[in-house]
Amino acid sequence: MNFLASTWVGIWLTGLGRIAMLTRETVLSLFTFKARWRDLLYQMYFIGIKSQSVVIVTGAFTGMVLGAQTYFQFHKVKMDTATLAVVSVSMCDELGPVLTALMVAGRVGAAIAAEIGTMRVTEQIDALRTLATHPVDYLVVPRLIAAHIALPLLTLEAIAVGIASCYLVGVFLLGIDPAFLWADALIYTHDVDVIIGFSKAFIFGGIIAMISCYKGMTCPMGAEGVGRATTEAVVYSSITILICNFFLTLIIGKLVGLL
Amino acid sequence: MIEVRHLTKSFGSQRILDNVDLRIESGESAVIIGRSGGGKSVLLKHLIALLKPDSGEVLVDGENIIPLNERQLLRVREKFGMVFQGAALFDSMTVEENVAFPLMRKKNFTPAEISRRVAAALDMVDLPGTQRKNPAELSGGMRKRVGLARAIIYEPQIILYDEPTTGLDPIMSDSIDKLIIRVRDQLKVTSVVVTHDMRSARRVGNHVFMLHNKRIYASGAPEDIFASQDPIVRQFIDGVADEKEIIL
Repeated sequence: MNFLASTWVGIWLTGLGRIAMLTRETVLSLFTFKARWRDLLYQMYFIGIKSQSVVIVTGAFTGMVLGAQTYFQFHKVKMDTATLAVVSVSMCDELGPVLTALMVAGRVGAAIAAEIGTMRVTEQIDALRTLATHPVDYLVVPRLIAAHIALPLLTLEAIAVGIASCYLVGVFLLGIDPAFLWADALIYTHDVDVIIGFSKAFIFGGIIAMISCYKGMTCPMGAEGVGRATTEAVVYSSITILICNFFLTLIIGKLVGLL
Repeated sequence: MIEVRHLTKSFGSQRILDNVDLRIESGESAVIIGRSGGGKSVLLKHLIALLKPDSGEVLVDGENIIPLNERQLLRVREKFGMVFQGAALFDSMTVEENVAFPLMRKKNFTPAEISRRVAAALDMVDLPGTQRKNPAELSGGMRKRVGLARAIIYEPQIILYDEPTTGLDPIMSDSIDKLIIRVRDQLKVTSVVVTHDMRSARRVGNHVFMLHNKRIYASGAPEDIFASQDPIVRQFIDGVADEKEIIL
């Protein structure tokens, strides 16, 4: 048993168990809503508003490069006007939520893990507990709610910017007819595509917040520990997002009848 | 009243506390002395259940707090205030927000009442008018005073001090000692002070516990402990290193 616990499988399973316990505690706290509105609004500002530039740049250049590549291939078979439709569906279903989540994981996940990790190392989390404040109520719940709200909105923004960028590149740089370009996009992009992207973003927000908070709250002591927790928060969030995206695509596809 | 019974704690394979027993009466000013790394802070953190022991009990007013979960402990911790070795101020907040923190989490205080109480707490620790400062702008002694103001603002019954004078110059240490005595006398609280500063221990304590070799080795009134002829107690009080500990 001790041998199993010391192997990477054991460590991984222990970590999984701990994050499940933290999630359980967070959900219990959510039902009683112990978080303060002020803390929640600050986290929404930090995760949502402060991530605008990163998300807009990511959405714009992804839309433009995907539009250009699609055009290069479709132009050979005279399907130029389908370019925006491909970009639109791709951005809504996959690229919008995944790329936004990866960028937010890098920016926000690292910041959350570093902040909470530093609080742990400098005994600020112990101080919270001595002041009769549950660390989950004060540190995790506002970040989780904020991430759940901010990620879908940021994703919608990335999708809109990506589609608009592709449209501009297609019309003004590649010379595609704007009316047919737009008409094809409307024909092939359905409400369900937006709902898929929105649902994925909602779940990815939770993944980023929970993994980053967990890494911060269990961070090893010392500056090196904070550094490691920060790196792991970004890496684990990103990998979990990519793996979950595959299963979510299958599950949501099945639910909405695409499979 | 705080009572510790048969408390044992290990980190990995290293045993830190072994079958520790102690009893601190209400209103008492207890000082826990012992060598650095000897488990004093670990023992102190068990009194407020920041750490869970491998075995043993911690009774606060007769209630064993060890089996309680983190949420049940919130009720018990309202009886405590704690001053940390590094002050543990929230560095994203001003001094006022730090001191007001315990009251802002409660719904029955108006902003005016909170401001009045913060000003009174800062007055008590001789730091009036520092409300707008950030913790980074404060010296080590001032940070500990703000930490004490934060601990006393909700009028706890018991205050725990983790090495309150460590890292301070003798004059600042003396001022912190006087502050601990003033808080004890004015607020009528039970104080538990962990220190290896003998001057401080002699001044603030009316009951001294010496932690040695993972157990409470000696306990009693300060005058008895400081007059003790026991070689281990004597060596610690006089600050004499063993031959093998002298590093050339």
